[in-house]
Amino acid sequence: MYRSQVLICGGTGCTSSGSKVLIDTLKEELKKNDLDKEIEIVVTGCHGLCEKGPIVIVQPDNIFYSNVKKEDIPLIVSEHLLKGRVVTSLVYEEMVTDNGLKPLRDTNFYKHQTRVALRNCGVINPESIDEYIGTGGYEALGKVLTEMTPDEVIQVVLDSGLRGRGGAGFPTGLKWKFASGNRGNVQKYVCCNADEGDPGAFMDRSVLEGDPHAVLEAMAIAGYAIGADQGYIYVRAEYPIAVARLEIALKQAREYGLLGKDIFGTGFNFDIELRLGSGAFVCGEETALMTSIEGNRGEPRPRPPFPAVKGLFESPTILNNVETYANIAQIILKGADWFASMGTEKSKGTKVFALGGKITNTGLVEIPMGTPLRTVIEDIGGGVPNGKKFKAVQTGGPSGGCIPAEHIDIPIDYENLASIGSIVGSGGMIVMDEDNCMVDIAKFFLEFTCDESCGKCTPCRVGTKRMLEILEKITSGKGTLEDIDKLEELAAFIKDNALCGLGQTAPNPILSTLKFFRDEYIAHVVDKKCPAGVCKDLLQYKIVADKCKGCTLCAKNCPANAITGTVKEPHVIDPDKCIKCGVCMSNCKFGAIVKE
Amino acid sequence: MKSLEELKAIRDKMQGQLDLRAAQEGKIRVVVGMATCGIASGARPVLNKLAEEVANKGLKDVVVTQTGCIGLCQYEPMVEVLEPGKEKVTYIKMDPEKAARVVEEHLKGGKPVAEYTLNQTNL
Amino acid sequence: MSTVNIKINGTDYEVPAGSTILEAARLANIDIPTLCYLKDVNEIGACRMCVVEVKGARTLVTACVYPVNEGMEVFTNTPKVIASRRRNLQLLLSNHDRKCLSCVRSGNCELQQLCREYGIEDEAFYDGERPHYELDDSAPHMIRDNNKCILCRRCSAVCEKVQGIGVIGPNERGFATNIGSAFNMGLGSTSCVSCGQCINVCPTGALYEKDHTQQIFDAIADPEKIVIVQSAPSVRAGLGEEFGLPIGTGVEGKMAAAMRRLGFDKVFDTNFSADLTIMEEANELLDRVNNGGVLPLITSCSPGWIKYCEHYHPDMLDHISTCKSPQQMMGAVIKTYYAEKNNIDPKKIVSVSIMPCTAKKFEIGRPDQSAAGVPDVDIAITTRELARMIKKQGIDFLNLPDEKFDDPLGRSTGAAVIFGATGGVMEAALRTAYFALTNTELEGDAINFKQVRGTDGIKEATINVNGMDINIAVASGLKNANEILRRVKSGEANYHFIEIMCCPGGCVNGGGQPQQPASVRNFVDIKALRAKALYDYDEAYELRRSHNNPDIQKLYDEYFEKPNSHKAHEILHTSYVKRTVNGN
Repeated sequence: MYRSQVLICGGTGCTSSGSKVLIDTLKEELKKNDLDKEIEIVVTGCHGLCEKGPIVIVQPDNIFYSNVKKEDIPLIVSEHLLKGRVVTSLVYEEMVTDNGLKPLRDTNFYKHQTRVALRNCGVINPESIDEYIGTGGYEALGKVLTEMTPDEVIQVVLDSGLRGRGGAGFPTGLKWKFASGNRGNVQKYVCCNADEGDPGAFMDRSVLEGDPHAVLEAMAIAGYAIGADQGYIYVRAEYPIAVARLEIALKQAREYGLLGKDIFGTGFNFDIELRLGSGAFVCGEETALMTSIEGNRGEPRPRPPFPAVKGLFESPTILNNVETYANIAQIILKGADWFASMGTEKSKGTKVFALGGKITNTGLVEIPMGTPLRTVIEDIGGGVPNGKKFKAVQTGGPSGGCIPAEHIDIPIDYENLASIGSIVGSGGMIVMDEDNCMVDIAKFFLEFTCDESCGKCTPCRVGTKRMLEILEKITSGKGTLEDIDKLEELAAFIKDNALCGLGQTAPNPILSTLKFFRDEYIAHVVDKKCPAGVCKDLLQYKIVADKCKGCTLCAKNCPANAITGTVKEPHVIDPDKCIKCGVCMSNCKFGAIVKE
Repeated sequence: MKSLEELKAIRDKMQGQLDLRAAQEGKIRVVVGMATCGIASGARPVLNKLAEEVANKGLKDVVVTQTGCIGLCQYEPMVEVLEPGKEKVTYIKMDPEKAARVVEEHLKGGKPVAEYTLNQTNL
Repeated sequence: MSTVNIKINGTDYEVPAGSTILEAARLANIDIPTLCYLKDVNEIGACRMCVVEVKGARTLVTACVYPVNEGMEVFTNTPKVIASRRRNLQLLLSNHDRKCLSCVRSGNCELQQLCREYGIEDEAFYDGERPHYELDDSAPHMIRDNNKCILCRRCSAVCEKVQGIGVIGPNERGFATNIGSAFNMGLGSTSCVSCGQCINVCPTGALYEKDHTQQIFDAIADPEKIVIVQSAPSVRAGLGEEFGLPIGTGVEGKMAAAMRRLGFDKVFDTNFSADLTIMEEANELLDRVNNGGVLPLITSCSPGWIKYCEHYHPDMLDHISTCKSPQQMMGAVIKTYYAEKNNIDPKKIVSVSIMPCTAKKFEIGRPDQSAAGVPDVDIAITTRELARMIKKQGIDFLNLPDEKFDDPLGRSTGAAVIFGATGGVMEAALRTAYFALTNTELEGDAINFKQVRGTDGIKEATINVNGMDINIAVASGLKNANEILRRVKSGEANYHFIEIMCCPGGCVNGGGQPQQPASVRNFVDIKALRAKALYDYDEAYELRRSHNNPDIQKLYDEYFEKPNSHKAHEILHTSYVKRTVNGN
C-alpha cells in the first residue's frame, strides 16, 4: 500500500525533455530515503502542457511540478515526499498565488478544458491494464456485450452526435450503420487510423501513449456493433512509444480475455493487429491506409465503393481515428445525452487541439466544441509571447486554412471553421504573429503536401508542384499579378479534380491566405516587398548613416564581407554580396541596421 | 476473464491507488506533520498506518497527506483532520495504534477520538 | 438485367445498373476522354481526364470508375469540365518531353490526340522543373523513356494484373514518381519476360520496341548478303491496322507483296514452320504418352511463356516441349536444309523474322538456337516495325496486289495459320495427333475443335480419340498460365497436353502488334477480331492439317527422315535454362 504517488509523464514530449532520467533518479532517491515502500512512481501519458515538461505530479497533494530537472529530484524527495513541504520554487508558476497554491484545475491552461478523450492521459499508468480497469475500463465493452444489441450500440453513437475526429467530421454512428448490414455472414474489419501526419499534431499519439486500452476497448465495441471479428491499428512507426504501449496493451487485453475468443463468455470474438506505417502522410487517407495494410504501395483509390461496402481486403470496413475511438467507451457508459450536452448544435462533445507556433503555452488542449478561438489563444494558450501582435491561426494543418485575427471570436466547431475556409481537421492549431509572412506560410504547407503527394493523380502530382513553383517565384520577388491569378485558378482546379482528400485540400492554405491576406501577395509581386520581413530575397539590410558610429563590429562579423567602411565613419552594405543572414543587425549596438 | 464480476474485482482492487489521483475537493483531509521534528518523534509510521487503514476500509472521501512543521513540536507526531464545514480536529502524540483507532472511529464513524485531541487544558 | 434512369447532359437515358458513367455515356453515344483507364485492368481514376460533373457531388468525379445510380444527373461537357480537362492536359504537358515530331508514337499518341481535340495551344503554360530520366535500354526487346511517361500506370497494371509479374511499377512519390523496376534495376536485370504488353497499352511514346529496321535496310543494301524473311501467322491479321484497315482484316497477300518490294531475297512464311512444329510436337506428345514420358507436355512456341517458366517455375521445365518455336525452326531450316539445297554459305544469309511479338527479339539471342553454327534468326522485328519499313519505302500498301510466299518454305496449312490465336496450336496438334492415332483424317466440322477456340484465358477439355481420353488445357496470359501450373502442381488437374501463350488471346494480341488506343480497347475485343481473321484463313486454305503439307512431307523425305529423328533433334529442338525471380 502506497500513501502517495508520484506521476511522471512518459509521453513523447516529456521523454524528449528528459523524464526518463527523472524516473531513474527518483527511484534511487526514494530508496535512499527508505520511501520506496511508501511512495509509488507511476509513469503516465501526456498532461498536455508539454511546454512545461518534464512534468512531475505528487498525489494526493495534487502538486504539479514543471520543467523538473534531475537535480531537483533530491529536493522534492527530502522536502515534499518526506517532510510534506511543497517545493514552491519548482511548482508550475500558474499555481502559485500570493495566497498559497491554487488547484491545477483552476489555472488558465486547464480551467477551460474538458478532458474526455484525454481523461486518463497523465492520470494512469498506460502500461497497466489494471489501472485502466480501475477507472472503469472495459466496463463499456462488458455493457454492450451483455446488455445491448449491436443496433442499440450504433444508435447510442448516432445519438451522441460524435463525428470523426480525424479531419472530415463524418458522423461516426452513420459510418458504423453503413457497415452494419449482413452481420455474421461476411468478413468485416474495424480499423483504427493512428497514422497522425499533420505537422505539429500529436493528439492521437498522446492518447495511444497515455491510454491505449481506451482505443482497444472502443474498437472491440465497434466490432460488436458492425459484426467484425478483426481489427487493425495502422500506427506510424515514428511513434515508438505509442507502438510499444499498444503492444503491451494488446498483450494484456489478450491475457485477460478482453480480446480474443468468447469475450466475457458471450461468444463474441474480436482481436486486433498492429500495422506500422512508414510515415507517408497520404496513408492517413482512408483508402490509402487500407491499401497499405493490404501490403501495397500506400495510395488512395477512388470512392465509391466506400469502405463500408468494400474496404480492407475488399470487405466492409469501418475506419475511425484514435481520438474518435477514445470517446466511445465514455459515450456508452455515460450515455448519448451526456456527450451531446457538450458542444454546439451540430458539433458535439469535445475536441483535442495541438497548440503550437507563436503561443506561450504550446501543448495539447481538449475543449468543448463551440469554445471561442479567443479562449484557446488568449486564456489557455496564454497569448502570443514577446508582446507581438496575433495575426492568424492555421487550423487543420496542410489541409486547412488560416483564421485571421478579425475572426478570433469564432466559436470553434466544424461548421464555423468551414464557413471561413478552414477546417477543424485533426486538430492542429498553429498560431502566427506579425512576424509571419502569410505567403511563406502557404509555401511551407505546399512544400509539405507536394512532398507527401503519392503521385497517383495528375492534379496533385504535377499541380501541387506547379503551385509551389509559383509561390517560390512570388516569394523570391519574381512573381507577377498574373501569377497570382494562375495560382488561384490552379488551386481551384486541384480542389475540384484531385483523387483524394490530400490533393483536394492541398490548395486550402493558398486559397485561405489569398482570401484574407491577398494584400501580402500583392506586396510581394508589385512592391517586391515582404511586409513581415521573412522572404529573404525581398529583404535588404541597410545601415542608417545617422545612427552608425563606425564601430566596425558589423563589418568584422559579416561572413560574406559585404560591409565596408572606415572606423568612426558610417558603414555601407553591398547588396550584391549580402546573404541576408542578419548577423550584422543582431550585433549592432546602436540599432543602425534595418531590414526593409 | 469470462465475467463482469471478475472485471469489477480488479476495479475494486485498484480503487485505493486511483483514488489518490482523483479530485480532492470536498473530501476529508488528514494531514500528518512531517517536518524533522515529526519524523524524529515517529510520524512516518503514523502516516503510513493512516494511509493503509483508509485504503483498507475503502474510505473514498478521505485523503491522507502530509505537511511540514505544524508548530507544536513537543506534541509531535501530530495529525490534523480537516473536514469541510466542520472545525479542525488536531490529534497529538500519535502512534500507529492510535492512528488506526482514529480511522475507525473518527474518519469512518464520524466521532472524533476526544482523548487524543489537543485541547486548551493541555497547553 | 436491371436498369437505372439517369440524365446525361439533360437527356434521359435508361442504362444497365452497375454501369460506370463512362459506359453509360458510351451507350448514349457520348465520348468521354480517358488516359489511364483500361477496362478490367487499370480502373484507378488517376489521370482525371474523364472528369464530369454530377449534380450534388462535392467535386468533379471520374466517369471511368464512378457507378451510375437512379436519378443521377451527369454533365459531360460543361465549361468547368472542359476547363478542367484542359488544365489537366497542360499539367501533363508541363512534365512531358514534347519532342513529338519524330516520336515513334506521333500520329497515334493518345496524349497528342487529346491535346489536339482540346486545342492546347499553350503547351508550355505550366512549365517548370522537369526531371530528366535516362533511357532504360537494358532489355533486349524494348526501351523505356520515362521522359514521355504520363504515369497512367497502364503498363504496370497490365504487367501485374494480366501477366502476374509486376516487374515495373511506380517508384518514389509525388512529383518524383516514376515507373521503373524495383531498386531501379534495368528492365534487363529483372524477370521481365519481354512480352511487350506494356508497350501495347502505353498511350504515349514512353514504351517502345527496340527498332531493328535499319539493320535490315543495311543487309538488303549489302550485295554480299542473302536476306531471307519469314512472317508469323498473326502479322497478317494485324498489319492492316497500321494502314487504316478495320481491326481483323487479313492482309496476307499484300504483306507478301510488300516484303518482296522491300527487297528481301526470299519471302517465306512462318506458317510453314508452324506445320513443322506440329509434326515434331504432336509426335513428341505421342512418344511421351506411349513411353511414360513427363506429362503434361506444354507447348514451347511462345518465348515470353518460356522465359516466365524459367524464372517462376523452373521445376516445370521438363514439361515443356523441346521443340524450337516456329520462328527458330524456320531460321534453322533456312540455314541448314535451304542453304545446303541451294548451295549457300549460311554465314551469308541474314535471316529476318516479322513477328507480332517483342519476346522474339529476346528469343533469337537464346543459347542452343544456332543449328548451322550461326544464329537461326539474325533480326526479329515486330508487325509495327514492318509497317514502318513499308511506309518509309513509300510502298502504297493498300493498293498492292495479293501475292504468294516463295517456295519451298512458303506453303502452309490452316492448322498453321491458327497458331496466332489462343488454342490454335492445340487444335492444329489435335488434327495431326488424331491422324497419327487413328490413321484416319478428321472430316467435315470435326476438324474444328471449338472447345479450344475463343478468347477465354483458360479453356479445358477432354477429347476422346479412338477410345483414349486426352485431357487438354489452353491458357493465354501469364496469370492464367500460373493458374494452370498451380492446378497441375496441386494434382487438381490431370492434363496430357497444355498450350500456353504468353499474351492474352495469343499472338494476335502480341506485344509487337499495332497499338490500338484505350478508347478502342475498352469497348472492342481486339484479340477476338484478329483471331477471326486467322480462322477465316483456316477455312479458306486448301490444306488444313499440318501433316498434309506436301512441302513438309518433302522436307522429311529429303532431310529429316521422320519427326523426332536424330537430325530433327539436332536442328529443330532446343533446351531451357533455370532462372530465378529477378535474376538471370
